[in-house]
Amino acid sequence: MTGVQDITSTSKSAAAIDKARAEGRAALIGYLPAGYPDVEQTIAAGIALAENGADLIEIGIPYSDPVMDGQVIQAATTEALAKGFHVRQVFDVVRAITSKTDAAVLVMTYWNPVIRMGVDEFSRRLAEAGGAGLITPDLIPDEAAEWMAASDKYGLDRVFLVAPSSSPERMKRTVDASRGFVYAVSIMGVTGARESVSSAAEGVVAAAHAAGAERVCVGLGVSNAGQVREIAAYADGVIVGTALVAAIRDGGVDAVAALTKDLSTGLTREEA
Amino acid sequence: MVRPMVDAPTTGSDEGAADAFLQGDRSLRHAPGPYFGSYGGRWMPESLIAALDELEDTFEKAKADPEFVAQIADLNKNYSGRPSLLTEAKRFAQHAGGVRVFLKREDLNHTGSHKINNVLGQALLAKRMGKTRVIAETGAGQHGVASATAAALLGLECVVYMGAEDTRRQALNVARMELLGATVIPVTSGSQTLKDAINEALRDWVANVGHTHYLLGTAAGAHPFPAMVRYFHEVIGEEARAQILDQAGRLPDAVCACIGGGSNAIGIFHGFLDDPSVKIYGFEAGGDGVDTGRHAATITLGKPGVLHGARSYLMQDDDGQTIESHSISAGLDYPGVGPEHSYLADIGRVTYEPITDSEAMDAFRLLCRTEGIIPAIESSHALAGAIKVGQRLAAEADAAGAGEAAGKASDKIVIVNLSGRGDKDVATAAEWFDLLDKNSAEAEIGKEGEQL
Repeated sequence: MTGVQDITSTSKSAAAIDKARAEGRAALIGYLPAGYPDVEQTIAAGIALAENGADLIEIGIPYSDPVMDGQVIQAATTEALAKGFHVRQVFDVVRAITSKTDAAVLVMTYWNPVIRMGVDEFSRRLAEAGGAGLITPDLIPDEAAEWMAASDKYGLDRVFLVAPSSSPERMKRTVDASRGFVYAVSIMGVTGARESVSSAAEGVVAAAHAAGAERVCVGLGVSNAGQVREIAAYADGVIVGTALVAAIRDGGVDAVAALTKDLSTGLTREEA
Repeated sequence: MVRPMVDAPTTGSDEGAADAFLQGDRSLRHAPGPYFGSYGGRWMPESLIAALDELEDTFEKAKADPEFVAQIADLNKNYSGRPSLLTEAKRFAQHAGGVRVFLKREDLNHTGSHKINNVLGQALLAKRMGKTRVIAETGAGQHGVASATAAALLGLECVVYMGAEDTRRQALNVARMELLGATVIPVTSGSQTLKDAINEALRDWVANVGHTHYLLGTAAGAHPFPAMVRYFHEVIGEEARAQILDQAGRLPDAVCACIGGGSNAIGIFHGFLDDPSVKIYGFEAGGDGVDTGRHAATITLGKPGVLHGARSYLMQDDDGQTIESHSISAGLDYPGVGPEHSYLADIGRVTYEPITDSEAMDAFRLLCRTEGIIPAIESSHALAGAIKVGQRLAAEADAAGAGEAAGKASDKIVIVNLSGRGDKDVATAAEWFDLLDKNSAEAEIGKEGEQL
């Protein structure tokens, strides 16, 4: 178990969140699907995210059956697949962004593409590309034995999700299994911009902290600086996805840069 | 309550299971899940785990509650019309090597297929959980119609997700569901097929899980669905086993069923899993042929992966993206399969083989003309398989010589699960056999070889 402690101390995600915390603010985490509208623009947008205030970047692997995603992200990933995106290209994206920025770059993926490549092989290649770890929306710790071993072996963060529906026992188990941070789902639903952040989010964050999580970040339904400010008051990080995907869809890399800059104005805690 | 959480087994734990079974020191019946060998489990978003726990808990308590068991028995008898008949198909059997063929008549159930067994059980569980709304996915509409039926009977709101293409091709089934009070939502995401209807139902479930039960239509998905759906269909195998002992005085040599997700198959197989003398066959949809890439032969050609909550065989590409399946039978047109089938395939207890569209349609017509029964195209895959199995049994009997140990072909017995009736498939069959007036609406819709 001492090995786990060593790895925790070198967690890239934890380091990025701690750096933001030291500056008296929450961390900003931006999501982009790889290969949308193409691989080059994903890389350019990822660099723009980092240069305009994102501390961590989440690169999604387009998947044929994205059950946790709403229409905007579904449309983007379906298009990326139709244009011929291959899973191995995600490592090119990660490598290109990490070589040009200091942001921690995580990959968000449904689990079957990882199984298909081989959990160990996928982890090895992600680590080689400079990736920080994986966010796994349809993998729960109960099924994660192979991933626990591979993430320890290659020093990768494993970000599991907790939800408003998680029981105290499951919250504890998931927090214990996570490394880097815990992803708190703000609402019972799928990804997509919403007018207001669910009041459930604060409760989920509190429960995760109470279960021992040092870093808890909130995602789902966050799309503007006002919502970022609201969440930054109680969470260690704020995750924005759909709004950034809509930005790159409608205005390309420049729109991603502008939105990121605006979102980052909400990060500072008023009485931090 | 504190729920014990079980870690997934590592792969390779299946070895020895078939041997152990054949040596008689363990039963394959009533496998509780969550794992069947290395298959099954819960590959699901955390948001839904609490609902799966609640469902599992409710199901386990209901199974042990005599009142629930009596409720199911009463509905099966007085609503669905169970027990379904076991009919000997003597004229059809002449084309199956001259063995005796018996049909388990799930086509005679209310709503026309085995699907009613599962929906009544799950709808009762939804009531027990205090849920007021059920959602379901459907391909051609059979499970949607069955779900709408159960919801109407028990006073539940019902929403059915159906691929947009399917809603157009199966307009009558959409009308049927609406007549029963259900709302049908066409799914336009992804490939707009059954798997996307399941994706959309899962998205609905995540958002509405507080008052909604997802009434999954097959023995697939996350635990407890595979074991639970099997439980509600076990009645098929229990009845068939008792009926064949009564009518023929002995167990069959073989049992045949078609496999999409595999609910009718696991229902009838279950009755015979612990009878080593009974060979068991599952027939997958071979579509245009397994060498064409246009098929749904998941176990025959797929590789293990996770989809819709379970680890099982899966049609997928080298990147782990799900491949679209193809079959003339919408009910078999699914790129996954229930995890218990994957396990039974690996340990060799059940043999899975593909049947092409063409073979299935030949068997469809044969049953119509020899027995006066129009089968579902799904079930026609089992009939086509039974013809092959019957011919093999006959050849073995012949090879063994007349009399003695092996017996005559006419002493061999094959049971086929006739999982549904073919009324829904008349337009597809009419198109296939070129029976349509060229100016008819069906011919118009069906041009370019489309499945109706």
